[in-house]
Amino acid sequence: MSGSTAAAAAQRAAGERSPASAALPGAWRLGLARGAMEIKLFFRQREQVIFTFAFPIVFLFLFASIFHDDMAQTGSTASQYYVASMTAAGIMSTSFQSLGISIAIERDEKALRRLRGTPMPPSAYFLGKIWLVLVTGVLETAALLIFGATVYDVDLPSDVTGWLTFGWIFVLGITGCALLGIAISSVPKSGRSATSVVVLPFLVLQFISGVYILVDTVPNWMLTIGSFFPLKWLCQGLRGVFLPDAAAALEPAGSWEYGRIALVLGAWCIGGLVLCLLTFRWKSRNDG
Amino acid sequence: MTDDVVNVRGLRKRYGDVDAVNGVDLDIRRGEVFGILGPNGAGKSTTVEILQGHRRRDGGDVTVLGQDPGRASRAWQARVGIVWQDESAPAELTVAETVRHFARYYPAPRDPDEVVELVGLTAKADARTKELSGGQRRRLDVALGVIGGPELLLLDEPTTGFDPAARRQFWSLIRSLAAEGTTIILTTHYLEEAEALADRLAVIAAGRVVAEGAPASLAGRAQARATVHWAEPDGTARSEETDTPTRTVAALAARFDGEIPELRVTRPTLEDVYLRLIGPTQLTGPEDKR
Repeated sequence: MSGSTAAAAAQRAAGERSPASAALPGAWRLGLARGAMEIKLFFRQREQVIFTFAFPIVFLFLFASIFHDDMAQTGSTASQYYVASMTAAGIMSTSFQSLGISIAIERDEKALRRLRGTPMPPSAYFLGKIWLVLVTGVLETAALLIFGATVYDVDLPSDVTGWLTFGWIFVLGITGCALLGIAISSVPKSGRSATSVVVLPFLVLQFISGVYILVDTVPNWMLTIGSFFPLKWLCQGLRGVFLPDAAAALEPAGSWEYGRIALVLGAWCIGGLVLCLLTFRWKSRNDG
Repeated sequence: MTDDVVNVRGLRKRYGDVDAVNGVDLDIRRGEVFGILGPNGAGKSTTVEILQGHRRRDGGDVTVLGQDPGRASRAWQARVGIVWQDESAPAELTVAETVRHFARYYPAPRDPDEVVELVGLTAKADARTKELSGGQRRRLDVALGVIGGPELLLLDEPTTGFDPAARRQFWSLIRSLAAEGTTIILTTHYLEEAEALADRLAVIAAGRVVAEGAPASLAGRAQARATVHWAEPDGTARSEETDTPTRTVAALAARFDGEIPELRVTRPTLEDVYLRLIGPTQLTGPEDKR
């Protein structure tokens, strides 16, 4: 007993002389450092910035200009419907799509393997991605809402309760979609195929979740499939925040179902995290 | 207590039904530059990846800096620097930004500016990675490998694709790191590189160590028969293989009474020794696993 204590003390003493045994930097601090670096990298890729932000705005403009009639007995226009839907799609594109593609490319280029060879804790990598997604998601959403409010007269919430509702839907939605994006990044075999692998399911989800097509027009069986994924609930929640109450008549349930939205999005946050922990790979598949 | 940084006994790794590494033993001492030579697919990279902790082994005992790399802790990773065969740093960051960022991962990093200077990229410190040449990128890779102040640096074929000038510059970088006391393990298939840098060498062929020793004495090279070359007065080139080259030269000197035309004394080059070592196994070696 005393022998092992002495040995441990000797080891500690030896350790204090060795610089490598100085305290390892914490995951939270490194997460912040990685987040700052990810954001810097993102904004230096001008093409990516323009397309990430412009894509949902262009689609909003197209859909809201093609379909702009009043929606019967809802007190709102189709244009306003699209502002809510496209904001949801924008949140999913900055989280699910960006992460799904960028992580697959980083893995293919062995940038992930390199990180694995450093003492950086894995959680710092994921924290950095979360910061990136939060910052780009907030900017994207702000751009869409400003565009929607000025061009299509969408009423932004006038009270704190409305913004709080928006807040929790945004946070749960973007987190769930981000985790799903991290999970899908392990599917493509190479960085080159990542875009197709990630974009196809995202496009399909946008059709069956009431983004491009009005939710009361989407066939029931499609909407049922859509309800298993976060996008449908994210759209529904944002309609609840930005459309008049009467518009709830369009919803299959006839109400905004905030309780169920919280439940499904929350479940995706937990399920997505589990999925990521089980499937995440630091090396590409053909790299052993 | 030994002062070995690496101890490997009976290391095995199979890919499917091919034995990529089949019973490798290695002991690498602190402060040494250790070269691992071998043909493609001989098992060098697999061995190094197992030492790095990035590949699981199927058998044998491996200790690197007192720990099993297969169960490496963050503290262990802070003591080991790795320069991979193929890798990329973020294209949009500058050299200085990248090195500074990686420094944050380590408990006691070296000074980033000093490391950039060490790898000779000071003039390129504000250039983005995507603007660097291949050789400069490799130097950045080395900078990221040493930024944590590692006790052990592992380099996997670090100069593949370099032009001769870049290779010489790279060698002097490795020598200066070795002079600072870093233990260095490098794989290469350039024999002159191994000869120029390594204190000791292991030749791996078909998953086994077939020879080990200092480059000058590898596989009995120092004791091998020498060949004395000279030219007769009529210009005919002559040579004689001998165990006693000094005696042969003395006899020639007496015969020519002064300068011996075109005199050369050669021993087997590292390449001769190497080719003889890998010769019989080269064709049966497993394919390189990438």
